[in-house]
Amino acid sequence: MRFLLVEDNESLANAIQARLRLDGHAVDHAPDAGTACAFSDTTDYDLILLDIMLPDGDGRSFLKNHRDNRKETPVIVLTARSEVSDRVGMLDLGADDYLTKPFDFSELEARCRAVLRRRGGGSSNLRRFANLLFDPMAGTLSSGGKTISLRNRELRLLEVFLNAPDRIFSKSKLVDRLFSYDEEVSENAIEVYVARLRKHLAGSGAEITTVRGLGYRLSLE
Amino acid sequence: MSATVNVSGSIRRRLLLQLMGSAALLAALLFLAVLGFVRNVAEESHDRILLASATSILESVSVQSGEITADIPYAALSMLGNVSDDRVFYQIATPAGVLTGYADLPVAGPPVQPGQPLFQTARYKAESIRSVTLFRRLSVEGAPVAVQVSVAQTRSGQAALLAQLSWSALYLGVGFFVLASGLAFWSTQSSITPLRSLTEAISRRGPKDLRPVSRPVPSEMSPLVSSLNSFISRLQTSLARSEDFIAEAAHRVRTPLATVRAQAEVTLMRIENENKRTSLREMIRAIDESSRAAGQLLDHAMVSFRTDSLELEDVNLTELARDLAERLQPVAELKDMSLHFEGQETIRLPGDGILLQNAVRNILDNAIKYSGRDSEVWIRAVCRGGCACIEIEDQAGGFKCEDTEALTRRFVRGANARNTTGSGLGLTIAREVAEAHGGKLIIENSQTGTGACVTLCFPLH
Repeated sequence: MRFLLVEDNESLANAIQARLRLDGHAVDHAPDAGTACAFSDTTDYDLILLDIMLPDGDGRSFLKNHRDNRKETPVIVLTARSEVSDRVGMLDLGADDYLTKPFDFSELEARCRAVLRRRGGGSSNLRRFANLLFDPMAGTLSSGGKTISLRNRELRLLEVFLNAPDRIFSKSKLVDRLFSYDEEVSENAIEVYVARLRKHLAGSGAEITTVRGLGYRLSLE
Repeated sequence: MSATVNVSGSIRRRLLLQLMGSAALLAALLFLAVLGFVRNVAEESHDRILLASATSILESVSVQSGEITADIPYAALSMLGNVSDDRVFYQIATPAGVLTGYADLPVAGPPVQPGQPLFQTARYKAESIRSVTLFRRLSVEGAPVAVQVSVAQTRSGQAALLAQLSWSALYLGVGFFVLASGLAFWSTQSSITPLRSLTEAISRRGPKDLRPVSRPVPSEMSPLVSSLNSFISRLQTSLARSEDFIAEAAHRVRTPLATVRAQAEVTLMRIENENKRTSLREMIRAIDESSRAAGQLLDHAMVSFRTDSLELEDVNLTELARDLAERLQPVAELKDMSLHFEGQETIRLPGDGILLQNAVRNILDNAIKYSGRDSEVWIRAVCRGGCACIEIEDQAGGFKCEDTEALTRRFVRGANARNTTGSGLGLTIAREVAEAHGGKLIIENSQTGTGACVTLCFPLH
């Protein structure tokens, strides 16, 4: 997916970019509203992440401008202000969703997905592996024309594997991707999800293999 | 918010009492002045008649063939009878003795000069009399003889007249007092009217109406109104400042936390060393904890701030709950949980939408946070027993013999909270919002016994 990140705090922007790129997304960074307008005028983005406190004016004015020009790109607002004071205004001005800083990247991903799904947009960058066809935006998977319905964590697990086929992921890394940091989970919980996913992938030509002592990887049968 | 006012006296009563006091004093003075004047006039006119009578008697005294004779004209005495029915006494005397009349009539000492009348009040025959004495020199056979004429009259008629006049004077005084009191009442009433209308204008204002007072007021009230206006503007500045401060504080605290968290997460994805990964995870947990605490503290400050001056609007509670359910759906999905919204009828309620949303959000956050994977959470908007209720039920195990009341106190957390991040302010916020709207927060275990059921209840009027 292609993101436009509008955020004036340099180090936060760097971290968000790094994180999104690790997931295989393309990110452009605009440090202020002016640059953001220039970017959004010339490039088609799947999603805009907008900080509302910008050096050259309120992110709200960008948002209003964006909507007044009938641009369809969904916007998720990142706010660091008190939710109580800002909450209503954001959605009224046409933001699709908002997230309070600091945020969990899995929540950001989930919200992006929800927003895109609500917009009903099909994804342009479908991922194929063996007989699998994965739509990361809609969060749907099909194998040989047959739709497989996955629960959220199974889906996210599959996405991690699909982003780097043949790479070995340790259990602890997978725990970090699937569970929030305040959940107490044992690494055995991963085995449950891997087992479920294996069941879904049966007959698709892809399989998750166990690499003893190291973890799991997705490979062709 | 109602504050007691230290009341000392009333301007209206004080003004009224002062004006009525002055009116009473003036009425008494008026009464005394009229009485004195009337008494004077009555005495003077009586004296004049006495004098006229005495003069005409003295005129009638003549010397005939060496003898002093007096031919008292009828009119001289009858003019006195015209005044009242009082008895009249007279005496004509020479130094040699009483010529005619009442010999024992008390007579004032001989007047100094002829033609100078001498008036006197005395007692005679057990009655008060008023007398006048005149004298004249006659020449009797070449020798001057002083003839003295005294005329006296009892004063009971005059006293009766005076009493009658006194009553009139009293009526006049009382009438004056009554009229002046009425005027005093009217003028006090009208002089405090601007004060009353200013009070009304201010008390009719909404809690967020901080415009300066612009209605015209009398010049005496202008210092009060101008200090009131300056107070209002100071209040406005300070309110705006604290609102800005809360928003700014949130921004200042959360932005660096977001940076640290994002960096830590990126690093966690990159490194392999298990020990370092564990510390990074701990770090992220700590960041989450502090940002959640900071967020809730600031939210709590904002909530207290807004409940202090609650501004009511028409809130659709059903829609509010549905929106929140929809908004938190992705978060629930992350844990493979299902979040169900139930609510058929539209429930409307006068309230502060932002506060209500925050309250429900806090309860819902808790439910999702404490629930395990594959569990379910229900949010219901229902009308029950004259109350609009939002009910949030989870399957997280519920409360185990805990004091559920204590959970709504600040920073108190449940026994199951050890492994989750939180500040213990969520339910406090929910309860404060409920109470600000005249409702209450009910915490209990669900009927199925598998979880908790937290309800926000607002009475519908």
